[in-house]
Amino acid sequence: MRDVLKIGKYEFNSRFILGSGKYNTKLIKSAIEDAEAEIITMSLRRINTDCDNILDYIPENIKILPNTSGARNSDEALRIALLARELSGADMIKIEVIKDSKYLLPDNYETTLAVEKLANEGFIALPYMYPDLNFARDMKNAGAQAIMPLASPIGTNKGLSTKEFIKILIEEIDLPIIVDAGIGKPHQAAEAMELGVDAIMANTAIATSGDINLMAKAFKHAIIAGRLAYLAKMGEVKDTAQASSPLTGFLE
Amino acid sequence: MINEIEKYFPDMEVINSDIEEKIHSALDKANFEKYTKEDVIKALNKETLDIDDFCALLSNPAKDLIEEIAKRAKKERERYFGKNVYFFTPLYISNYCENQCVYCGFNCKNNIKRAKLGFDEIEKELIEIKKSGLEEILILTGESRTKSDVQYIGQSIQLAKKYFKNIGIEIYPLNTDEYNYLHKMGADYVTVFQETYDKTTYEKKHLKGHKRIYPYRLNSQERAILGGIRGVAFGALLGLFDYKKDTLATACHMYYLQKKYPHAEISVSIPRLRPTVIDNSINPNEVKELELLQIMCAYRIFMPFINMTISTRERADFRNNAVQIAATKISAGVSTGIGEHTKKEKDGDNQFEIADSRSVDEIYKTLENLGMQPIMNDYIYVG
Repeated sequence: MRDVLKIGKYEFNSRFILGSGKYNTKLIKSAIEDAEAEIITMSLRRINTDCDNILDYIPENIKILPNTSGARNSDEALRIALLARELSGADMIKIEVIKDSKYLLPDNYETTLAVEKLANEGFIALPYMYPDLNFARDMKNAGAQAIMPLASPIGTNKGLSTKEFIKILIEEIDLPIIVDAGIGKPHQAAEAMELGVDAIMANTAIATSGDINLMAKAFKHAIIAGRLAYLAKMGEVKDTAQASSPLTGFLE
Repeated sequence: MINEIEKYFPDMEVINSDIEEKIHSALDKANFEKYTKEDVIKALNKETLDIDDFCALLSNPAKDLIEEIAKRAKKERERYFGKNVYFFTPLYISNYCENQCVYCGFNCKNNIKRAKLGFDEIEKELIEIKKSGLEEILILTGESRTKSDVQYIGQSIQLAKKYFKNIGIEIYPLNTDEYNYLHKMGADYVTVFQETYDKTTYEKKHLKGHKRIYPYRLNSQERAILGGIRGVAFGALLGLFDYKKDTLATACHMYYLQKKYPHAEISVSIPRLRPTVIDNSINPNEVKELELLQIMCAYRIFMPFINMTISTRERADFRNNAVQIAATKISAGVSTGIGEHTKKEKDGDNQFEIADSRSVDEIYKTLENLGMQPIMNDYIYVG
């Protein structure tokens, strides 16, 4: 049985979304190959250039997912999304609305407003958000096609700091949940996938490793392993040994 | 009694700000002599550093640990910026100045060739610079409100917008409404160097002009942010006063302003004083390359998310290394004279001498060979 990731009208075989913004552009193509990724993200700001454009390094069959980084409110996010469509033809946008230059934490309220504005313009809107159930619901109602909660503050490689809240989103939100930001090691990606997350987005973990290609490959395998384990329905972990004479053994 | 350097001119806007007070309170408490090697190691082992840890990194015992400090700085730089190095160049459009700063080549008492480019000349310079592939430009003027007025700068920004994607300005301090006007013209980054945060030294080095008013200059970045500017840049001219104290003050200036305006993008430069024609009393050798790198790393570790420019005042090899460890921005193809991009014979003299005259292409290729990713633009104007 094919196990596809559906986002809006698109279907993907890979559940690994690769970032592109922190390493040499000449390595992007081989990183995509090693990751077997089908989606690559980049900030619109980076493709707003006439010189050595990052877009030129991306194979044609790869889906480009521009983000709206640089937007501080929903209107700016919309303006950036429209420009992204003009420059790259992209119809799927990762919404990033950030008003904090230190921690780079997303502003859920403005992000929700942005989802509505982008959805009205016909975009497939994928909001990057702090994992909050109420906001995730609002974003879904506003037209989001996937939810991208952060695992940890961006670039920290700290893994699933927000695990309990992401579990709630998986349970309650009937949209693909794509963990974005904070995943630093392959085992953390596998852990998220085991929980039932639909896909993983990683950038810093790969960009700051000693070997981009090898790390891309490591993440690919981890994400597949985690997904397979989730589909196989893992055996329960027990803290104590099973009693040989259970409490209810007397029942006839 | 109000000191002369604190008496605002009638045209200067007063804003309600507590930033200056916070900076000076931190300076009053600072004692760089108290730190030991152990304090430095402790600071390096912390995830988030406070102002006290920052001081430890600047202390003399920290110099012996420069390798460890550089390693931590590089890690932080990679985490936030990866391999990216951002390119820009300054464009000097006028060197008329009404200030009398004893260390500066543009000093109004200096007998130098003065010039102000007309709009057609500015356009020619822009076209010439654009050929190098650059997409970010920093428009500079001497500080003369009469010779290079706000309208003139606004129209220059509008012209620059035709050719460049990212426009910054390094001009005399303005009021909030004037910053807002220049923002609407297309500029989004404002640089104002405080030069020194020691009021006694400030008074001695800035003898005349608007610049003499210390708090008006200090609050420039805040007025720029209030005027809608996206990012603000800071710098003390090291060599004027105790460099550790001026570095601490700069860090506090950035720290408290970012805390007050979390959305603002923060940037720092670390200019070292170079010899000029008039002031031989200053010893520019106080901050050597070791101390310069130490300062850069301390900023990077304390505020890992900020942009940091490495000046053409420094030699090529130092710059190549600094952008791999702590700095994120590099100027290339630099000329600090007026009209030098298009004319063999410049119209106006230079502000200071540069040590790295490499072209954009040369720096681009060198950094690429070092495994870095040169970036011409990572910005979009959204109003």
